[in-house]
Amino acid sequence: MNNPGPAHAAWQEDIFAALRSGGVRQVAYVPDAGHAHVIRRVHGSPDMRGIVLTTEEEGVAVVCGAWLGGERAALLMQSSGVGNCVNMFSLVANCRFPFLTLVTMRGEWAEFNGWQVPMGKATPGVLREMGITVLRVDRPEDAGETVRAGLDAAFDGGEAVAVLLSQRLIGRKRWDAQQGDPQK
Amino acid sequence: MSAARGTLDRRAFVAALLGASPDALVIAGLGSPAYDAFAAGDRDQTFYLWGAMGGAAAMGLGLALAQPARSVLVLTGDGEQLMGLGALATIGVQQPANLTVVVLDNGHFGETGMQASHTGLGVSLARTALACGLQWGEEITSMDAVAGLAQRIGARNGCGLAQVLVRADELPRALPARDGAYLKNRFRATLGLEPT
Repeated sequence: MNNPGPAHAAWQEDIFAALRSGGVRQVAYVPDAGHAHVIRRVHGSPDMRGIVLTTEEEGVAVVCGAWLGGERAALLMQSSGVGNCVNMFSLVANCRFPFLTLVTMRGEWAEFNGWQVPMGKATPGVLREMGITVLRVDRPEDAGETVRAGLDAAFDGGEAVAVLLSQRLIGRKRWDAQQGDPQK
Repeated sequence: MSAARGTLDRRAFVAALLGASPDALVIAGLGSPAYDAFAAGDRDQTFYLWGAMGGAAAMGLGLALAQPARSVLVLTGDGEQLMGLGALATIGVQQPANLTVVVLDNGHFGETGMQASHTGLGVSLARTALACGLQWGEEITSMDAVAGLAQRIGARNGCGLAQVLVRADELPRALPARDGAYLKNRFRATLGLEPT
């Protein structure tokens, strides 16, 4: 738990620390390299539960179920996953569930894979159309505080919040790296 | 091709099951399962879905992990569970011992004109559940199974799925409250949680 594991950026540990100190118990996710450190840390924390999903919309339902049972939960996904969630967001809106998702952005900066671009471009708009407040992190020093702001807005204010982690923050995906390389 | 697959009366089955599981926390999937649960008697610890199709089992998972000392019952239909098939894999990985998924399987999309569904055309949800690593998965074809199923729900010693073969009846709708925030807050209140 005190071993943060393989190489990672300080802002990634800041995000994990914000979730943990914010009382988040369940972390549902479809992996992304930008979330890899947080996912590893969650699985290494006995007081947190990492829940790997087959598709992001499952995670919307999981985190709402967690709140129904009195636990704070968060959903980690990539911008492409936002598109998979759209109708399930009606669960959040209709029941006014507190909701926090952290979204690693693709298709917006130095994108090698054009297939990521349409959903990346649409992500902030789609979230807002479904009634979700959009916060964005461009600078590493803002990551922890923005996630804490999202936690307060969601679990104290009852809002639905998405924190977008910009592609520039995460850094270029290395297409020359081996599969499984944490920097990929 | 799929006629007369199930013979059970869904309302009678659900009334008997909920009657034998008074303490279970229930997530009722949209459409007929929500109507069946409501027709059996409204209860604050039943959360009725009116949308979010495909989400019932995953919602039950989040609830079951948050409330390990309570039995959680997801009561849904074949169409709803088929849309959330991946959730069975996610549940299989998490192994919540207190979660039971009961699929009222009429082999059809009952709410939209009784088109045949995948289960009516041969897909087995019980065997899918087993393949996903749930501790048990079985087809139920008799009212005699209610007591055993209620016992499993109450025992909380392994997640499982029951595929209950019901008649494809078009019954009068029995409509629970539709205000999601109300349903959420009254459910939470039964657990001693504040509204929000």
